[in-house]
Amino acid sequence: MKLAYWMYAGPAHIGTSRVASSFRNVHAVMHAPLGDDYFNVMRSMSERERDFTPVTASIADRHVLARGSQEKVANNMNRKDEEQRPDPIVLTPTCTSSTLQEDLQNLVNRALISSMSDVIFADVNHYRVNEFQAADRTSEQTVRHYVNKAIERGASNRSVTNAPSANIIGMSTSGFHAQHDCRELKRLLQGLGILVNQIIPEGASLKDSKDLPRAWSNTVPHREAGPMTAIFSKKEFGMPHVSITPAGPLDAADFIGRIEGYINAWASVLSEKGVDYEPYVVNQTRFVSQAAWFSRTIDCQNPTGKEAVVSGDATHAVSITKILVKEMGIRVRRSGTHRRHDTEWFNEQIQGLCDEILVTENHTEVGDATARVEPSAIFGTQTERHTGKRINIPCGVIPSPVHIQNFPLGYRPLLGYEGANQIADSVYNSFNPGMEDYPSDVSGGHDTKGVVTKLSSNKEDLKWTTESQLELSKIPGFVRGKIKRKTEVFAKQNNISEITIDVMYAARESFSP
Amino acid sequence: MKTIDTAFECETGSYHTFCPISCVAWLYQKIEDSFFLVIGTKTRGYFLQNALGVTIFAEPRYAMAELEEADISAQLNDREESKEICIQIRRDRNPSVIIWIGTCTTEIIKMDLEGMASKLEREIGIPIIVARANGSDYAFTQGEDTALAAMVHRCPVIDMAISKNEVCMGDCDNSYKSKDQSQIKTYKLETHNLVLFGSLPSNVASQPNSEPKHQNICVTGWLPSHRYAELPSLGEGIYVCGVNPFLSRTATILMRRRKCRLIGAPFPIGPDGTRAWMERICDVLGMKPKGLKEKEEQIWKNLSKYIKIIGGKSVFSMGDNLLEISLARFSVRCGMIVYEIGIPYLDKRYQAAELSLLKTTCEVMNIPMPRIVEKPDNYNQVQRMHELEPDLAFTGMAHANPLEARGIDTKWSVEFTFAQIHGFANAADVLESVTRPLMRNPGSIPSWKNLSKQEPLHC
Ligand code: SF4
Repeated sequence: MKLAYWMYAGPAHIGTSRVASSFRNVHAVMHAPLGDDYFNVMRSMSERERDFTPVTASIADRHVLARGSQEKVANNMNRKDEEQRPDPIVLTPTCTSSTLQEDLQNLVNRALISSMSDVIFADVNHYRVNEFQAADRTSEQTVRHYVNKAIERGASNRSVTNAPSANIIGMSTSGFHAQHDCRELKRLLQGLGILVNQIIPEGASLKDSKDLPRAWSNTVPHREAGPMTAIFSKKEFGMPHVSITPAGPLDAADFIGRIEGYINAWASVLSEKGVDYEPYVVNQTRFVSQAAWFSRTIDCQNPTGKEAVVSGDATHAVSITKILVKEMGIRVRRSGTHRRHDTEWFNEQIQGLCDEILVTENHTEVGDATARVEPSAIFGTQTERHTGKRINIPCGVIPSPVHIQNFPLGYRPLLGYEGANQIADSVYNSFNPGMEDYPSDVSGGHDTKGVVTKLSSNKEDLKWTTESQLELSKIPGFVRGKIKRKTEVFAKQNNISEITIDVMYAARESFSP
Repeated sequence: MKTIDTAFECETGSYHTFCPISCVAWLYQKIEDSFFLVIGTKTRGYFLQNALGVTIFAEPRYAMAELEEADISAQLNDREESKEICIQIRRDRNPSVIIWIGTCTTEIIKMDLEGMASKLEREIGIPIIVARANGSDYAFTQGEDTALAAMVHRCPVIDMAISKNEVCMGDCDNSYKSKDQSQIKTYKLETHNLVLFGSLPSNVASQPNSEPKHQNICVTGWLPSHRYAELPSLGEGIYVCGVNPFLSRTATILMRRRKCRLIGAPFPIGPDGTRAWMERICDVLGMKPKGLKEKEEQIWKNLSKYIKIIGGKSVFSMGDNLLEISLARFSVRCGMIVYEIGIPYLDKRYQAAELSLLKTTCEVMNIPMPRIVEKPDNYNQVQRMHELEPDLAFTGMAHANPLEARGIDTKWSVEFTFAQIHGFANAADVLESVTRPLMRNPGSIPSWKNLSKQEPLHC
């Protein structure tokens, strides 16, 4: 048992539902108690989805707990089969089925006999995997199922397309800006003259899986859903994949470079002309994306040298850290992720880019670490945004979990060259409120209500006099916390229990370089 | 109590609603010195944090005791584990009561929550109340019912000596100050020891509270109270009356275990409901109601601008929070035609007065009695809606946007649970909320009626 207030990743069945509802004509039947179809609310509300979410629950009520759910689940699957004829029904276990340890696989075998639709049992154990791992697995499992079927029937098409082509793997419902990323990635590939063979799972029809191997290579922009499918097709068909996330001009260039390699390898086999993407990259970097230019502008000298902390899912945290450090000259004090099972990859990517790495699923730990560092800006999830609010530091929200405002209607990709523009804007705007504070605070300020405590947990028993508090409130917001804390450290070191204006000055002298 | 005969149907129970643990969201705010601990898996935690949205960041007084695989396979000692967590809560928050919310998982693995709680309570010195508000047994608002029913056992026994002195012990201004000697006020009210049950937002609670006062009835207590220490005294001679339709367990326990006398009344939702509620209370307590008719009429006058909008419009209520009957009755009184009332669970005895008011209202308004569908099937309901084409649907958020995309205006029903809908004064708010979707849609762009990417109304 552990005490938890907030979690970064959802339970496994959310991951499965995300993938199932991204494919075309797939229906997930969840084995769950009343109330667990909450995913439908999230999809319908956050994404403002206009169609009914293809996820229904086979309700496990008291009756079922006593007698077993076999019959009911079977009936519900048959019913969905008749009502909607999905390509496959994905039977999705929840914590309840994991706890009941019912033999759902057996049910699936039986259902396969009577039902017109395919039936797949999502192989995700609630206690072993979380949302992201489950999404990754389910995507692989369903694709594998259909690929194998095609192979059995001899329908699998392995002849590569005439023109260079690629699959995009790992784009799904409820992904952070996934729809926009998907569009931007397509645009990027089109710009390179590469055909998009298939996008998985978003909008894909599993019936088309037979054509999956026709692509020259796979691209896996997000680590959270996709790697397993890519690895499967590598094993099965020897398809290479690019798992670089093309966020920011530098990684975009790497991404393109890798694809170029794969294309040229095939080109020589097919004795065609190789490609050279260098001019494209140069042109995009210099003129299409404003990001490279932006980092040169005098504007960007403001944030330069400023400090930031980053946290989020592995993909986004890594990308943002790289962009901040390499492209904008920002010092990243701490970068971290809640993806514990991806620690190794994360460390490797971020090596040498930040002062400290924090891998944890505990949001208070992240909050306290942020308060200790007192950066000028935070890049994190909604939780970190709220920490930021509390300790008065601006925050740019980068990865999930996110709220409805993180599903913008306007075009906001994070990948590719347009994505680089968006990120640059968001970084610049995050630092800016802190700067805006500056003039207003210096000229008298508006915050004379009292001193804001900047620490997330403040256990100091030092007393500030009224005058010194007033003095403190005149200090610009974004450095106030730091000065307060340093003053208190100074007071403690010198056994002072009451902080007067004089103590403040003495402290400032002692710690100014 | 009689039950009335109308056609009731029962479907498959495949419908969307919130898990009953969501009651934590409003109860922890209501009971200021409480701490809610939900014992279950990630599923609940994820649900709660998404359903509660922003409140989760305001250092809420609730948390999850997240069960891990070792807990399920009984490799860990539940009692030791939960003790540690409760001690941590005591240290960080120092609540006056900890309320454990049992979930489906604790049901399945048959965790002896009550047994553990009573031992632990003695060890750590904080009362621990157990409420089994799980999705295998209950829907949404019924969570509050289980929590209040559990709380009934903790209410002090009434001191008859004081009540015989005809002194009203309760603070009738409803400010819930502590009842030390200096604060006992004597009211020249008739004393009837009336305790109301059901959690209402504080500013709303004062409304149904002042209504009885106008009738010279003193409300001696509320369940739940603002603070755990101020739970109302109960016992023989105490009258109790519910303010919400989903509190049937609480009502039963109050009658059976604490020998209270239940006043079965319609619920104070809408001016008609509020008046009927008050009249019924007066009736039972042998008082003559004063000025209620005039008051109701006045309110209806104030509502006329809304009634112009919704009069004659049809509504289909999918059902997810048990407020459906009362809302339908109010809607009919406003001149709407109700096609169907879906409802998760219907206690025909506890809701008897409400049901018969619905029936008379339909007769008076000359509108056919709606069909009442218990444990509805959302898929079938959507098909029925396809045929009926109602002007408005009361529905959960899972269906709201898809229905809108198919040209059916919706009012999402969760809003009724969180908004203030009780008493005379809030009737306008309810209608404000119901008319909003209709106002918004002038229907000027007919070709935009269907924005779905799929075929119309296909679930
Ligand atoms: S208590 Fe039951 S319905 Fe509620 S979240 Fe847990 S499993 Fe789901």
